[in-house]
Amino acid sequence: MIEPGTLPRLFAGVTNRPLSLEEHERVFQPADNVASLLEELEASGLVGRGGAGFPTTRKVDLLRQQRGHKYVVVNGMEGEPAAHKDNRLLSTNPHLVLDGAEMLAQMIGASRIAICVARDNPTVVNHVERAIHERARRNLRGPGIDLHTPPWRYVAGEESALVHWLDDNESLPQYRPGRPHILRIGRGPVLVDNAETCASVGLIGRYGAQWFRSLGTAEHPGSVIVSITGAVARPSVLEVNLGTRISNILATADADTSPQAVLLGGYGGAWLRGDQINTPYSNESLEQFKLSVGAGIIAVLPREACGIAEAHRVVRWMAHESARQCGPCAFGLPALAEDLLAVVRGGHDGVAALTRLQDRCGIIEGRGACRHPDGVVRFVRSSIEVFAQDIDSHLRGAPCAGARSKQRFLTVPALEHEEDLIWE
Amino acid sequence: MGVIRRTGMFILQVNPILCDGFGHCAELAPELVHLDEWGYPIISKEPVPMADLGSYESARYAERGCPRQALHVAKVNSPAPVSNVPLNLPRPARAVSRERRPL
Repeated sequence: MIEPGTLPRLFAGVTNRPLSLEEHERVFQPADNVASLLEELEASGLVGRGGAGFPTTRKVDLLRQQRGHKYVVVNGMEGEPAAHKDNRLLSTNPHLVLDGAEMLAQMIGASRIAICVARDNPTVVNHVERAIHERARRNLRGPGIDLHTPPWRYVAGEESALVHWLDDNESLPQYRPGRPHILRIGRGPVLVDNAETCASVGLIGRYGAQWFRSLGTAEHPGSVIVSITGAVARPSVLEVNLGTRISNILATADADTSPQAVLLGGYGGAWLRGDQINTPYSNESLEQFKLSVGAGIIAVLPREACGIAEAHRVVRWMAHESARQCGPCAFGLPALAEDLLAVVRGGHDGVAALTRLQDRCGIIEGRGACRHPDGVVRFVRSSIEVFAQDIDSHLRGAPCAGARSKQRFLTVPALEHEEDLIWE
Repeated sequence: MGVIRRTGMFILQVNPILCDGFGHCAELAPELVHLDEWGYPIISKEPVPMADLGSYESARYAERGCPRQALHVAKVNSPAPVSNVPLNLPRPARAVSRERRPL
């Protein structure tokens, strides 16, 4: 039993290797108390930890109304290059995630669980595989668990792309005209939840909603796993109480405590200015800046960095990661990256590029099948707003020192050749 | 003779995955569709009243004239009930496909 109101929860009892089933049951008690799961989940107020922040009960209710051969899909794809939380969770305590997935399966009446880990992380795949075998040896009752290893792509972790891969071996997002839309494998309705959300469900099923709400804020309860990158001593993954001040999180992670800005919610997220980092880290406090916790990413940008040059690198990579299905995304995002490059270079072209950039943001927004272009537009708009001074000096032909130095802070994977991208 | 009374609203929807930017829709329904700089349609998400017969006719023309069949005239006369059936109907489950990849 973990005491209420204490941390760590999701990372309780972890060592430098994954917990075996016996160790897992010693730290958390065996999952028996699952009679009133639905009520407890609703009372807990859990919102999804994958980025969209959608209430988990609403999803479960939607799936309970469906009929057929149902599936639970655990999304451990970790699309964001700055995030490490799903990998960390699955390679330290995979059984907690699997417990939660089984509880979700019980709630909606699913007969199969599919856990998806990118094949680019072979160690995580091994750990999860071993955990599944351990459970199979125990012959625990419940739905069968399958491990699936789609290729890693930014949009492959998007839920419709993931279900498309399970259904048809293609990691491409699907068109969903009306929302809420039930994704399907064959004819079977699918519940997709992030690995961390499943782990939280695993805790709620054991200890109940009251215990879960002993951390976090009233509207955004519980704890969340945060990946901190950028200007830090070393990138780290922490479990934090929701509602902790961002400055305190930075101090705990040995990060730059007076940054120029911090990027919240990943590369489809937005910047928080350095003078606002005393804000509590929870959705209701970040709402005033039109921000959200998202996938739990805090990327720290120090004062010596050039925000607009970093933004260009990120947008160029995000454009490269487009699935190239929808015209506005396939052509629009590279155009945004080019405009940003022109702004970084400055001069007359830069001034024209800045107005063009703002126009193009409005044109692209909301016109893709998935939210990938919308995320990039949000990031670009936020960069223009937060780094307005940087842009000003660039356009006047005096680029900041950060742009001239070669040091870069945000992690962006290398660009592969377009023909080498693997989608299936 | 009689007056055809049309109630409700419609929206012209495009499936951006199917759309390849042929641009026929902008010719057939110029009052609803205009093209962006890459030739892909920009369609307002505001519902148009069905009583606006000219717009409705051209929306139907655009729907039929799209070479990729990416357009769809959706009627929104009432708050739509949450449908269990998605617009792209699921393929019938076959025993073969289930064997191929057990899940």
